[in-house]
Amino acid sequence: MTVLSMTVNGKRVSAEVEDRTLLVYFLREQLSLTGTHIGCDTSQCGACVVHVNGRAVKSCSMFAVQAEGAQVTTIEGLARDGRLHPVQEAFREHHGLQCGFCTPGMIMTAVDLIRRKPKLDRETIRRELEGNICRCTGYHNIVSAIEAAAAEMASQ
Amino acid sequence: MIPAAFRYHRVKTLAEAEKLLAASPEAKLLAGGQTLIAAMKMRLARPSDLVDISGLKELSFIRATGGALVVGAGATHNDIANSPEVLRLLPALAELAGGIGDPAVRHVGTLGGSVANNDPTADYPAALLALGATVTTNRRTIAADGFFTGMFSTALAGGEIVTSVSFPVPERASYRKFRNPASHYAMAGIFVAKTKVEVRVAVTGAAPCVFRAREMETALSENFSPAALNGIDVDPSGLNSDIHASADYRAHLVSVMAKRAVEALA
Ligand SMILES: Cc1cc2nc3c(=O)[nH]c(=O)nc-3n(C[C@H](O)[C@H](O)[C@H](O)COP(=O)(O)OP(=O)(O)OC[C@H]3O[C@@H](n4cnc5c(N)ncnc54)[C@H](O)[C@@H]3O)c2cc1C
Ligand code: FES
Ligand code: FES
Repeated sequence: MTVLSMTVNGKRVSAEVEDRTLLVYFLREQLSLTGTHIGCDTSQCGACVVHVNGRAVKSCSMFAVQAEGAQVTTIEGLARDGRLHPVQEAFREHHGLQCGFCTPGMIMTAVDLIRRKPKLDRETIRRELEGNICRCTGYHNIVSAIEAAAAEMASQ
Repeated sequence: MIPAAFRYHRVKTLAEAEKLLAASPEAKLLAGGQTLIAAMKMRLARPSDLVDISGLKELSFIRATGGALVVGAGATHNDIANSPEVLRLLPALAELAGGIGDPAVRHVGTLGGSVANNDPTADYPAALLALGATVTTNRRTIAADGFFTGMFSTALAGGEIVTSVSFPVPERASYRKFRNPASHYAMAGIFVAKTKVEVRVAVTGAAPCVFRAREMETALSENFSPAALNGIDVDPSGLNSDIHASADYRAHLVSVMAKRAVEALA
């Protein structure tokens, strides 16, 4: 067991974990942040994407102890003062989700993508979503939502 | 899926990592974890200790030095894809790195982890072999020609740590892969490198281990054009056959992707 400290969505957290605890289980089961989903558990689907020190990673493929001292952001940490993040707002506006299972990972990937590449075309968005699988939407509206969010954020 | 229990160590120096590896025969290095953690979840790997080298600054550098590009083992795929030095001197390597997996994998997966793992479908081994790269470890240097020894096996000894890879800068180089649409790994990936003295062609994804296509090298040395590859049949007998593609299909893919790699340079 290791006593672990990190900052999750701006709050310092400290907890005792087994070294083999995956970050996704730590977030979901120990911190009750169940917005981060587990789809495949084999690093294929992207439902578990969170940000660690500002970079999108798959939390099913990282141990919680690797995030010691890190800044972690989950889907629960995006909204500010009761207002959705522009990417969340764009997914709502453009109907970028149906069942919603893939959505937290899609949005965390999109926020990371827009930070890295503020100017986006649809083809780039599709290529960058290769690690995120959606069984419902056919991706079309997800791409539209990300395109709109990138434009909105650039104009702010 | 929960891996078997292990002890985790985050090291601050290479020397500390060496000591921990020497102390327990079942200890393993952890870099990006993008291969190892999946193997541990499936219980295909059960290390007693994980020695996390991902925070080692001494392993994460990229620099150009007299005709070569030297990349630290800890450089991530994303670092390599976006490095101004790599983009300037070896754009084919940047393109290769940018085509690995997906953004989340590229953010943490490393050159050292990929090279040490020598997955038969991994991309970097083709670049190392075609460019005649040299692998540096904590103990010695190993030429790429002698490094990749078989499926998931390398010349690395127990406790040996890859610290960097030195890529001689070629006149021209290109990489073309036919991706498995689900995993993005190579079903056939061809790296072609032309220097002042020779042309080298390395093939990954098609066989149990990366290999050089000598017949293609000879043909391209005489005439560096896609047409030079006409009539060179790849022998399917040593190639992989699985649910994704038969050996015959892979042999065909090798020819097609090799032509595309040369076309990209013509
Ligand atoms: C969804 C997905 C898609 C992928 N697609 C591709 C792809 O298209 N092409 C491709 O090439 N790869 C692909 N990969 C693999 C990826 O590139 C991995 O990052 C890489 O194979 C391993 O690097 P790592 O840093 O994650 O190593 P780890 O998983 O941490 O380690 C791998 C092995 O190498 C050893 N090791 C690590 N560092 C060193 C070192 N410095 N010296 C000696 N031994 C060391 C470890 O002990 C372990 O045995 C994919 C992976 C995933 C999850
Ligand atoms: S649950 Fe992590 S990638 Fe699917
Ligand atoms: S909205 Fe259902 S999986 Fe994407």
